[in-house]
Amino acid sequence: MHPAYSVVFFTTATGAGYGLLALLGVLGGLGLIAPEFWLGLVGMALSLGLIAAGLLSSTGHLGRPERAWRAFSQWRSSWLSREGVAAVATFIPAGLFGIGWVLMGKSGGWVAIVGLMAAAGGVVTVCATGMIYASLKPIAQWHSRYTLPAYLIFSAMTGGLLLNGLLRSFGAGSTAVLAGALLATLAGWGWKLATWHYNDRLEIPTTANTATGLAGGTVRSIEWPHTEENYLLKEMGFRIARKHSAKLRRMTQVLAFAVPAILLVIAFALPWPFAAAASLLAALMQFAGMLVERWLFFAEAKHTVTLYYGR
Amino acid sequence: MSLAEPRGANSAPSQRPLADSQAPDEGDGVETSPSVSDRIAKTTCYMCACRCGIDVHIKDGKLRYINGNKDHPVNRGVICGKGSAGIMQHYSPARLRKPLLRTGPRGSGEFREIEWDEALTIATERLSAIRRTDPRKLAFFTGRDQSQSLTGWWASQFGTPNFAAHGGFCSVNMAAGGLYTIGGSFWEFGEPDWDNTKYFMLFGVAEDHDSNPIKIGLGKLKARGAKVVSINPCRTGYNAIADDWIGIRPGTDGLFVLALVHELLKAGRIDLDYLLRYTNAPVLVVQHPGSADDGLFMLDGDSSLLAWDRVAKAPVNAADPDAKPALTGNYTVNGRRCAPVFQLIADRYLHESHSPEAVAERCGVGADTIRRIAAELAHVAFEQAIELPVAWTDRAGRRHETMKGRPVSMHAMRGISAHSNGFHTCRAIHLLQVLLGTVDVPGGFRFKPPYPRCAPPGPKPAGKNVRPMTPLEGMPLGFVSGPDDLLVDEVGTPIRIDKAYSWEAPLAAHGLMHSVIRNAWAGDPYPIDTLMMYMSNMAWNSSMNTVETVRMLTDRDEAGDYKIPFIIYSDAYYSETVPFADLVLPDTTYLERHDCISLLDRPISHADGPGDAIRHPVVQPDRDVRPFQSVLIELGARLGLPGFANEDGSAKYRDYADYIVNHERTPGIGPLAGWRGKNGDAIGKGEVNPDQLQRYIDNGGFWHHGFADDQRYYKMGNRAYLDFAVQMGFISKADPIIFQLYSEPMQRFRLAARGHGKVQPPEAERDRIEAYMDPLPFWYAPFEDDTVDLQKYPLHALTQRPMHMYHSWGSQNAWLRQITSQNRLFVHRETAARLGLADDDWVWIESINGRVKGQIKLIDGVNPDTVWTWNAIGKRRGSWGLKDDAAESNRGFLLNHIIGDQTAATVNGKRYSNSDPVTGQAAWFDVRVRIAKCAAEEAGFTEPQFERLRQPPNFEPSPDVLRFGDGFRIKREAAE
Amino acid sequence: MTCLPAQTEKKLGLVIDLDTCVGCQACVTACKEWNTGGHMAPLTDIDPYGGRVDGVWFNRVHSYEHTTEQGGRTVNFPRSCLHCERPACVTVCPTGASYKRASDGIVLVDENKCIGCKLCSWACPYGAREFDMDVGVMKKCTLCVDRIYNDNLATEDRVPACVAACPTSARHFGDLGDPASAISHLVEERGGVELMPELGYQPTNKYLPPRARTERAAKVDAPALEPIRADGGFLGWIDRMLSN
Repeated sequence: MHPAYSVVFFTTATGAGYGLLALLGVLGGLGLIAPEFWLGLVGMALSLGLIAAGLLSSTGHLGRPERAWRAFSQWRSSWLSREGVAAVATFIPAGLFGIGWVLMGKSGGWVAIVGLMAAAGGVVTVCATGMIYASLKPIAQWHSRYTLPAYLIFSAMTGGLLLNGLLRSFGAGSTAVLAGALLATLAGWGWKLATWHYNDRLEIPTTANTATGLAGGTVRSIEWPHTEENYLLKEMGFRIARKHSAKLRRMTQVLAFAVPAILLVIAFALPWPFAAAASLLAALMQFAGMLVERWLFFAEAKHTVTLYYGR
Repeated sequence: MSLAEPRGANSAPSQRPLADSQAPDEGDGVETSPSVSDRIAKTTCYMCACRCGIDVHIKDGKLRYINGNKDHPVNRGVICGKGSAGIMQHYSPARLRKPLLRTGPRGSGEFREIEWDEALTIATERLSAIRRTDPRKLAFFTGRDQSQSLTGWWASQFGTPNFAAHGGFCSVNMAAGGLYTIGGSFWEFGEPDWDNTKYFMLFGVAEDHDSNPIKIGLGKLKARGAKVVSINPCRTGYNAIADDWIGIRPGTDGLFVLALVHELLKAGRIDLDYLLRYTNAPVLVVQHPGSADDGLFMLDGDSSLLAWDRVAKAPVNAADPDAKPALTGNYTVNGRRCAPVFQLIADRYLHESHSPEAVAERCGVGADTIRRIAAELAHVAFEQAIELPVAWTDRAGRRHETMKGRPVSMHAMRGISAHSNGFHTCRAIHLLQVLLGTVDVPGGFRFKPPYPRCAPPGPKPAGKNVRPMTPLEGMPLGFVSGPDDLLVDEVGTPIRIDKAYSWEAPLAAHGLMHSVIRNAWAGDPYPIDTLMMYMSNMAWNSSMNTVETVRMLTDRDEAGDYKIPFIIYSDAYYSETVPFADLVLPDTTYLERHDCISLLDRPISHADGPGDAIRHPVVQPDRDVRPFQSVLIELGARLGLPGFANEDGSAKYRDYADYIVNHERTPGIGPLAGWRGKNGDAIGKGEVNPDQLQRYIDNGGFWHHGFADDQRYYKMGNRAYLDFAVQMGFISKADPIIFQLYSEPMQRFRLAARGHGKVQPPEAERDRIEAYMDPLPFWYAPFEDDTVDLQKYPLHALTQRPMHMYHSWGSQNAWLRQITSQNRLFVHRETAARLGLADDDWVWIESINGRVKGQIKLIDGVNPDTVWTWNAIGKRRGSWGLKDDAAESNRGFLLNHIIGDQTAATVNGKRYSNSDPVTGQAAWFDVRVRIAKCAAEEAGFTEPQFERLRQPPNFEPSPDVLRFGDGFRIKREAAE
Repeated sequence: MTCLPAQTEKKLGLVIDLDTCVGCQACVTACKEWNTGGHMAPLTDIDPYGGRVDGVWFNRVHSYEHTTEQGGRTVNFPRSCLHCERPACVTVCPTGASYKRASDGIVLVDENKCIGCKLCSWACPYGAREFDMDVGVMKKCTLCVDRIYNDNLATEDRVPACVAACPTSARHFGDLGDPASAISHLVEERGGVELMPELGYQPTNKYLPPRARTERAAKVDAPALEPIRADGGFLGWIDRMLSN
């Protein structure tokens, strides 16, 4: 699949944004993170900013962005519509939570309720995003049990690292949050490795034989219906060289998992402000790493239409 | 035909509209009944040479769409990939806009626009001077035009013998091979009996020749479960759906076919009755080596042919229906030793050199496969014979209660034609058909009227007496039946610029357009003044040896004058050839003009009846262009040519439409055969009918006459048919047409080479004439096989046009070029492995003539010793309205660059045209090549590269986005 | 509405005969020509005369080589929308632009609702969706919905443009939901197959496999030819035949 930058950024940013929102909603709403104006403001701005930037970026993928509002209508069948509905709907409890927790400095009570609702909205939205991909049967690498958990884990992981960085920066560091971020990073790493392992050994039942109905033997493409690349090939015929893919996988592991994990371990031992710096750097590196991961998520996904083109 | 009966080819129950085609009440607001067109104009397609009937739908003054005419005998409602893309051809940005006069050096593309009057004045002055002095100095050659009866007649009235169309580099081997053997030929003059055949053999058909009729036919065969056998080095297109694909080595079909003949003879699986009735098999041939009549037919005193009556044991008139002629034996008649033709056939083809084992390796076809095919042919022809319950009377007056048929049919084209041994190979195929008794019988190969004609047909080529201001005594193209008919002077020098009907190409029939530029450049046999061409891309894909050809077009003598002094060219598009013209006459598109697809040329006839058709303008040109035929008629009038100008010097015809209706070639016979006579009730012969064109338009643009059942088969000897043919003017006498298995005209040439007769070849040509003018078909290696180092050039290289571009001009069509804008060289997977080549590699393709670079694609479906590519995809930068980055000029390549226009070796101290020695047919497919991976830095682009052609004045740049059709929708939705 | 109808009254579709298709592209340009002025007009061509030409086409023909133990065959393969019974391209559509008609089963796009998110093209395993970059919306085969019911066309012409054009009669049209229809019989008789059945889209269109090297292959069971061995060999045989 063609890794469109708008979509790569969209899924990575909203994943991190909803992760952070969910953590703030739960932890802030329940008072586990005490209301504090500047921390709250920056935290909510960061999460909602990432979400908004992501959503905005996603419209860059649209042919007719001015009609984007229509996408809220088909939530009964479409995961994309559900994602849209959930994404927008989440802004309501998230906004209320911001008012209560940040502006009014409250936690518990109705603030806890809207905080939990915002968190739930975030989780639902990320689930919907994951399901957009997981539901696509023509792309075996996505249509697997690994996709939905991956979106949730990566959302929690990137959100967790942002939260940790945020708390550390405001001198409100929490060992539990730090430990959680570290564990999430390790879990994310493990999940990604498991996903790659699974995808690399994937035996896809759909072949050039089933695509053409020509049973048995080999089916080789000898001529395309057109000389130049068309929409299908540009959108879904993206190919990545094995060597290039391996390099990017290493880069993903270093940036998204290994370096952040090391920085987080170091952060345990460091005093403020060095722990804050390490935590922020970890979050930043991870975000960059996740952009690479998401690029690869698309680039390594093979759509069945490529079978028609002998790719 | 009742109205309820579905019309058209695609009318199976599973291809019909829904039983209830009322739109369902879906409630989704879809307009299911939009208005389609304001009017429908029925005319004839010209996206290729197949002449299908089309319905052109016109909406808001623009072409909305084109579909096939269901009533048309050629395409019966279907339309091919080109036909539907006609809209893009019509609206092409490469259309010429106005007459052009060259201002820069030839080839530069620097022109200025001039008015038509100036253009015609220039042409008239030039041509007039030629006509006054030496009419031969005008060489007039046309491409795939369908007005040869006009253009040839024009040349004849002008007085130049130097006229031909593109047949010489296309398929003259097939035409001549057929016309000299059975009096008809494949494609235009014949077709398989698609409805009855059970076994169909397809030889060397490169996706084309012809288009829809073969496809419709193959569909019928598939629906009936008939067997399709293809003999072709490439497994594409029609060959892809064959039940048996025989991936033969190029140029060896003759060996394969004669091995089938060998097997059938050996097993006695031939139709003796048929041979006796319809062929010259029983005719006695003189057997006196060294004498002047050796190999000629034994004549009775009254010049009738003799056979040997095996009952009377005496010579007998071979045409006597009551004779009992012998087919074998050796006899003495009037003191001359002689033997029936059939004895000579048996002697030759029963020889072991024709056995499957002897030819298998060379053909690349297993001996067991050859034997199996022979057995299948025999089985279907003789064990599965069919009989139609139709009574008929043969020429001798014998009544037959049924029409018996041997349901084996064959079709052959380019793969046979485009070799230097193509004429004989074509004859070999006809021999095979005739031995099986499958020509013009139910289930076999059928003639299309006006064929069959006498083999060879009557008219001789004119041009022996060229005089200033004097028309030729006949048409420039015709059929020679011996050396006396050749167009050579007393020392054997060719009279024609293309050397057609000379010792180098005696049975030329269609001329040698491919040798005109070289000969004119070299002044061999003489220099010319003006080369006038129409609709043929001679500076690019219609020439062999392109690089050299372009050089010859621009070469100058010591005085600085062009060696070909003046070039007039007419085309509708800015092709690669336009920049080489001094005067450009812009033609219209096929939807803007009149045309006539005439029985005098190559009509739309069907085996079940004659037909002809017209084109008429369905839209008006939006540019200052004129149909070439009308321009030619005006030019004829301005020149004062008899036939085009009245006594008072005024024009005889207003334009082509006027000519089509009013011209009479012989009294009562004009370009169109339908609705003749004052009231339009005559066919074939009749007075001029001023309403004729309108009658055609009213009938869908064509006329077709259906045969009665008893006229449909055995046309070569069917009284009802032959009488009709005389009445129509197809033939002059209702004599039976006798298939010439043994060609006496060819033997006459041989005798001349042996020193007999008053017209003899120059010494240097004698061996060649002796070798190739064999009166019986034989096989010899294609010339290049014998002259190049096959170790060095081990591969055959072929080209074919993709079906969606076959016979269509250029690949600038915005839709068609999307399908193919880069041609790959297809290489057998194993061959590539042997050469260390991988898929998508860029390679040099090298012949003795040069090298060209292209990208390969590996396949299995090709003869392993053969590589091939789609032809004419490669384009020169700046042509056809294509942008500079178009794949056609960057990645596509033209194999023509490395195909020599002359034979490789110096035979007799000279290089001959790279052509069949009998007919002069261009031997495109003889070329041998080697391929090698190019250096890394050479990959990704084709070579040789040519300088970009400059655009003509006032040419609009081609659009960046094409939204064809949005206008219809905008208007439709606005109206809703 | 992107929820699928529980069932459709008809299942209109095409059947394509791979045994007969010669790859001539007639259906391809006939489709382009009709539809570029039809319901989804235009089928835009970007850079039509340049090196990156990319046009919208609803029907495209591929060529393959199919090699089995019995040998090889070149197969031309037209590919267009299969009007599936379970089309995920419809259900993934967030706007309701894509829908499957309850009456005849045709899968359509309402361009006015399409936001050009392209997700339907991701969800279609067959590559039947074509994005018009110029207009910014998704387009696709309409099964010539503006032909098959068109009162302005003669009844006999109310078939999809590709079916009308096909010179080898390799394309068929009808109601595949009606087991008694001619097209259903054809599928039955010829062993028509679905593409990618394992994905569960239940395509309406079917493909008839090449008959080569199957039970249906045209065979001539001809006994081997035997040379004439009797007296006088071949020439003797001729004499005997003629004297009969």
